[in-house]
Amino acid sequence: MNIIEKILANASGKQEVSPGEIVEANIDVAMTHDLTGPLAIKSFHEIGAKKVWDKHKVVVILDHLVPASSVISAGLHKTVRDFVKEQKITNFYDVGRGGVCHQVMPEMGHVRPGEVIVGSDSHTCTYGAFGAFSTGIGSTEMAAVFATGKLWFRVPEVIKVDVTGKFQKLVSAKDLTLNVVGTVGADGAIYKGLEFCGSTIRDMTIDGRMVLANMAVEMGAKAGIIEPDKKTLDYVNARTDKPFTAVKSDKDSTYERTVNIDVSDLEPQVAVPHSVDNVKPVSEVEGTEVNQAFIGSCTNGRLEDLRDAAKIVKGKKIAKTVRLIVIPASQEIYLNAINEGLIKLFMESGATVGNPNCGPCLGGHMGIMADGEACISTSNRNFIGRMGSTKSFVYLASPATVAASALTGKITDPRKEAEV
Amino acid sequence: MTINGKVIKFASNIDTDVILPGPYLVHTDPYELAKHAMAGLDPNFPEKAASGVIVVGGKNFGCGSSREQAPIALKYSGVQCVLAESFARIFYRNAITIGLPVLVCTGISSKVKEGDELAVNLQMGKVENKTNGSVLQATKLPEFIMEILENGGLISHLKRRFETNE
Ligand code: SF4
Repeated sequence: MNIIEKILANASGKQEVSPGEIVEANIDVAMTHDLTGPLAIKSFHEIGAKKVWDKHKVVVILDHLVPASSVISAGLHKTVRDFVKEQKITNFYDVGRGGVCHQVMPEMGHVRPGEVIVGSDSHTCTYGAFGAFSTGIGSTEMAAVFATGKLWFRVPEVIKVDVTGKFQKLVSAKDLTLNVVGTVGADGAIYKGLEFCGSTIRDMTIDGRMVLANMAVEMGAKAGIIEPDKKTLDYVNARTDKPFTAVKSDKDSTYERTVNIDVSDLEPQVAVPHSVDNVKPVSEVEGTEVNQAFIGSCTNGRLEDLRDAAKIVKGKKIAKTVRLIVIPASQEIYLNAINEGLIKLFMESGATVGNPNCGPCLGGHMGIMADGEACISTSNRNFIGRMGSTKSFVYLASPATVAASALTGKITDPRKEAEV
Repeated sequence: MTINGKVIKFASNIDTDVILPGPYLVHTDPYELAKHAMAGLDPNFPEKAASGVIVVGGKNFGCGSSREQAPIALKYSGVQCVLAESFARIFYRNAITIGLPVLVCTGISSKVKEGDELAVNLQMGKVENKTNGSVLQATKLPEFIMEILENGGLISHLKRRFETNE
């Protein structure tokens, strides 16, 4: 069996499972947040359930609109806080205690290899970076999980993505990820699992692996998973003392197909409006004017990303025509970035630095786009209206490319800015 | 269960950000959500859907975020059923959960035009186009999913389970 089959078999008490089979799995961790949580809570009460199945296995994080952006969102937060109190939920990250949910989850030790984790957010697939089976579900299904601790899954066919080669300078995990999305397509992995492997993945940092797993859903995948190795165990063991069993794919496991990618010649990539798989090498879109540049989100708001961007803006000023918004993905990252002097570099370049939260990624607050404006962003979606006006444009790129573009006011190859 | 209605047709990769843009997620009332159904593509959609329509999509309908508010907005605006070449998985699960029938129907985007009258038999997965007389076979829903739909969605379905258990 491959790693996904093994995890689902373990979680449903079976010796073996195969693609297409429907299993009922025990859930190890269930995460919800301020935008999908209130609906889950409403459904939980409507079902007639009284108590969550395990108050230690539920994680609640306020991150989408924090601090509250309006009276309505303040009300949503209150609903969530009341539920946390009523249910005595032990893992709750309020404003200022956590940050973007998908960063807080592993960082605070709620993600372990071999576990089944669900979240009422589509980018829950991010934890695949740690060898967990994790996937997004809706609010009412979350209510069902709260009540029963179980959920049905169809065992997915798995596509293997084998990545080899060494990255060129200033080409990063995000460029690989965009390239994979462009290759597989926005619907190329619907209902399926993606397993990322190969020498490049082994060489990648945890931060980088999280970018890949994060965008698995952008290809329609149920989960994107990477086998745990020493790096994974070092990270996880430092953050949790709960036991877990890491699993790996058998040598003879079956895959639907294999996609081979060599990153040796990969140049920085950009996903152009309005589809995530509309991916082009930066050279083809260079010079496109942008009004806003955003560095943050559950895709690229980590320390490594801030370092990449800071290297480029260091000692320089961003273009007058651009606003650069930098949002570290968590309190821990923010503090580390302050200690490393990165925040100072951003501020001196003319950037606005925000508190850890989703920010402009979903067009909720902190940098909403107007008609006709364009944003270059390190986030994961460039759908129509994603960051504000339905007449605005979102380009997705790496932290280095976004930083370089902020300096010039136009989409720019970071390798050119770094040489100057 | 047979559903009759006029078709409103969309292209491939219709994402949940256009079905229900992020800023409207702060609403919890389904009828308020319905007022903004498809706001990212066609602000007049709720008006057109009010009479009870069938939405036809291309590939990967409902891709993107996990927001259950997207199928809720469609359902309460008057959409009775969605037929598409394929669905994004979270949207598919959410639609069933909230009691909006969704059927995978290969070839539908080329065989059905905007405004066609359809009759959809859910049990059989049969899609009859009354405007041009053609009949398409959709993928039948597994029994346990039909059961959830017949119970009006996952909430009423689970309610029963909880009532009988307690
Ligand atoms: S940062 Fe963006 S994609 Fe990630 S959880 Fe927040 S809104 Fe969703």
